[in-house]
Amino acid sequence: MARYIARRLVSSLVVLFLVSVFTFLIFQVIPNGNPALRIAGRGASPATLVAVVKEWGFNQPLYVQYADMMKKIFTGSVVSYSGNINVLGQLRAGLPATVSLAVGASVIWLSGAIVIGVISSRRIGGTVDRLMGVLASVSISVPVYVIGAVALYFLAYKVSIFPNGGYVPISQSFFGWLDHMILPWLCLSVGFIGLYSRVLRSSIIETEGEDFVRTAKAKGLTKRRILVHHVLRTSMIPIISLWGLDFAGVIGGGAILIETLFNLQGVGQYAAESIGLLDIPPIMVIVMYGTFFVVLLTTAVDILHAFAEPRVRLQA
Amino acid sequence: MSPIALSSSETLAADTPSPHGERHRRAALRRLLHDKVAIGSVIVFALIVIACLCAPLYAKYVAGTGPNDNHVTEVIRVGGKATDVVSTSGIPIGPTWQSKFLLGADSNGRDVAVRLLYGGRTSLMIGFLAAAITLTFGTLTGILAGFFRGWTDTVLSRALDVIWAYPVVLLGIALGTALELGGLKLGPLVISGNSLFVPALIIGFVFIPYLARPIRTQVLLLREREFVAAARLLGKGSMSIIVSEVLPNVTSAVVVFVPLIVANAILLEAGLSYLGAGVQAPNPSWGTMIASGVALITSTPSLLFAPVIMLVATTVSMNLFGESLRNAIGTTTSMAGR
Repeated sequence: MARYIARRLVSSLVVLFLVSVFTFLIFQVIPNGNPALRIAGRGASPATLVAVVKEWGFNQPLYVQYADMMKKIFTGSVVSYSGNINVLGQLRAGLPATVSLAVGASVIWLSGAIVIGVISSRRIGGTVDRLMGVLASVSISVPVYVIGAVALYFLAYKVSIFPNGGYVPISQSFFGWLDHMILPWLCLSVGFIGLYSRVLRSSIIETEGEDFVRTAKAKGLTKRRILVHHVLRTSMIPIISLWGLDFAGVIGGGAILIETLFNLQGVGQYAAESIGLLDIPPIMVIVMYGTFFVVLLTTAVDILHAFAEPRVRLQA
Repeated sequence: MSPIALSSSETLAADTPSPHGERHRRAALRRLLHDKVAIGSVIVFALIVIACLCAPLYAKYVAGTGPNDNHVTEVIRVGGKATDVVSTSGIPIGPTWQSKFLLGADSNGRDVAVRLLYGGRTSLMIGFLAAAITLTFGTLTGILAGFFRGWTDTVLSRALDVIWAYPVVLLGIALGTALELGGLKLGPLVISGNSLFVPALIIGFVFIPYLARPIRTQVLLLREREFVAAARLLGKGSMSIIVSEVLPNVTSAVVVFVPLIVANAILLEAGLSYLGAGVQAPNPSWGTMIASGVALITSTPSLLFAPVIMLVATTVSMNLFGESLRNAIGTTTSMAGR
């Protein structure tokens, strides 16, 4: 087991390293993406340009530039090309909004999915189940920012129930925070509820065919007890591992569209803005930070899985 | 699943590689033909495809204008009344329900109905092209990694892990921004930045692990089966075993992915276009039309709802068909998204 964990951790580190190299390269292959031009500004004299190139080390070989960038990231001194702002400071400023979004939306989408998934699995093939199936398909078929834009149009513009985007820190006003977060939470959750409820439904159906459920029935346990204590406990596993990845994705700035639409000023919006400016340092930092969460949670899920299923250890 | 309804998860009945064979294929087809939802979604999808294919005919004979023709300063007669195509305060005309400007104009005075059909061609083409890329490389990578194991597997799996580690939209806009500025030069292959191939390529690339990983898991189990050992004893080489024994057994898993990938590719194109990293102006696509519609929702909601209805009709029909297909074939595959 220790060997398996060690191997899994090493391969996670390798992946993180490769991600950093890959991200760096994506923005290096742009032929007309000369960062010196952006730092020096439009209409800078050739002499200034040369000075900037020298100061930032753009004339160094790629691997030196890469090592330099990584050193700056790990010492926390990395600054953006546009505006010379410390990237880690900016990232930290965006975190509260992004974490609020991820945590709140997770609670909504998990509870929504469990309720709907359980209800659907009680009447397989019935009207409710089929309706939920169609609704789930619809919910994953609408672009998330359209849901957001329509919600904003009706609930913030036509009828001013909710504010028109923006973020209020929870420390400043709890209700202001809640007021600003409810719509983004709900809009982000819609698709996840659709997907998770279907996954849970099939997982419940599968679990109910297992021997231990038959045994529980034979012991004369109530339906409710069997469902909550025996079936749900097992059938939650797939949606929990799904949740791990999706949660990591949102924390890592993956909810770019919702963050931008609702102007939450979170990590995802910071990423979108930096990409628009071709500002490599913030993109590197956000991508590394985002992928770190995904890799961390994937690794955790794999290791937990290996504890539960010895076969996995031998295979991997 | 959010923005792009494709995120980070695959669940596949990995321990039961589905049996292949004429009998099962026929049974699956029969189940599909008796599934009203499946038939309905195929019909809706086919109608949309046909309508989009007929875009030039509609433009020429009905609307009398191309998708990128400006009519900002023109005046048309609606119900006997002369109306500006775009009013002096900059608000475009809404649906007229007549041959010209059936669904109104956009702020550049372009016919929305014409752009909707041309945009559909773009979105559908990107969807199918991306799906073709994902299917080709996803299946290939999954099979090679699972079949040869060892170093091949290590290298390919780490590469998949790298793509997998990125949130889909984040990788999409990073690649989109980079490529649309610089274009792509891969040896003799040169693609300019505003080409439609750029978004298709990016979207197809981003989704590779979602197919390759489950395929790899299936192949890992398949290669231990008796019929593979039997083929080896008969002296067949690895390539021939892959083609004749492995590939037919992963076909159903691949087929089930097709509608999902097409739907998700169209959705991702919409997401990327919203962030300016998808299809480039003035080419219409549903994504770019939705993106500009979002900005004008308060003055002309029809600019948002027209492309949304087309896009959602397409993705819903694909997703519903996908679910019917899964039920008919009897595997459980799903694609999640963020």
